Amino acid sequence: MDKIQIIAIIAVLFFIGLITRFIMKGKLRTEYSIIWGLMAVIFLVFSVWRQSLDMLANFFGVYYAPSLIFIFFFFMIFIFLIHLSVVNSKQHDQIKKLAQEISLLKEKSL
Amino acid sequence: MYYELQMLKLEGCSISPLFINDHSTDSTYEKLTEMKVKFLDNPINIGIGGSVQLGFMYAEENNFDFAVQIDGDGQHPPKELNKLLTPLFNKEADVLIGSRFIDKIGFQSSPLRRFGINFFSHLNKFLVGASIKDPTSGYRAYNKKAILELIQYYPDEYPEPEAIVYLVHKGLKIKEVSVVMNERLMGVSSIKSFSTIYYMVKVSLNSIFLHLKMRSNG
Repeated sequence: MDKIQIIAIIAVLFFIGLITRFIMKGKLRTEYSIIWGLMAVIFLVFSVWRQSLDMLANFFGVYYAPSLIFIFFFFMIFIFLIHLSVVNSKQHDQIKKLAQEISLLKEKSL
Repeated sequence: MYYELQMLKLEGCSISPLFINDHSTDSTYEKLTEMKVKFLDNPINIGIGGSVQLGFMYAEENNFDFAVQIDGDGQHPPKELNKLLTPLFNKEADVLIGSRFIDKIGFQSSPLRRFGINFFSHLNKFLVGASIKDPTSGYRAYNKKAILELIQYYPDEYPEPEAIVYLVHKGLKIKEVSVVMNERLMGVSSIKSFSTIYYMVKVSLNSIFLHLKMRSNG
């Protein structure tokens, strides 16, 4: 096993530990942790089984194997950011509605 | 202006002015408390759209027949109110918009702003066929039917032009009447010059998307 593989495995394990900790402390909702957990597992596979990347690149006809990683994660992160924007927009509306209800209730209780 | 509103006597109706403090950082809250007027106090800043919508919610909750929105900065003279309300009484329309540009009297805004207003006027005409000369005017009166629709949806930022698209799609009749407006006495417009382009792009996109969405929903 190469040095870089060991470093990568340690990094991934650290990453998994971090996510687990966040979930256990209630700082991260489980639904968001799924995508991060999935990413960690994929990282782990590539770190442990080094040839897998070359095999995949070969299969897709990619000449420079590491670019496969970039395009894959770029795509994943992109989708996830859009998802977060959607969640954000929904929360924006919910907060507005709550504030309006509070204002009306405040007036009524006076 | 509050006193002006209170002094206003209209045939056969009682007026209940309502102020909304959108979590203002200045002394609005103290002033309103001091004046002993009816007001709603937002716990957080929710912006112009949410606040105006809150006014509609209040009107609905208290079973009002009509709701009027009016700028608090002195641009909209309360004495012109009967021009907006009379057509509502006579059931000529569901929504009345006070316009600066029909008779072209009173404060006419700056050329750049007039260009923007003109643009939205044409956009509204193109999208839903509404010919409103002053689509950014915030001096408006609504009947109950309109209030009920606006509770369901009202745009967030710079809501006026987009609201027209929404109301037309909901089958409400909009009428524009000429009013004389003043230059604002205090405060600054929510539309600052550097954000004009952002404002125009955003409102245009909002209007177009809303139009497409409502058209596909039938």
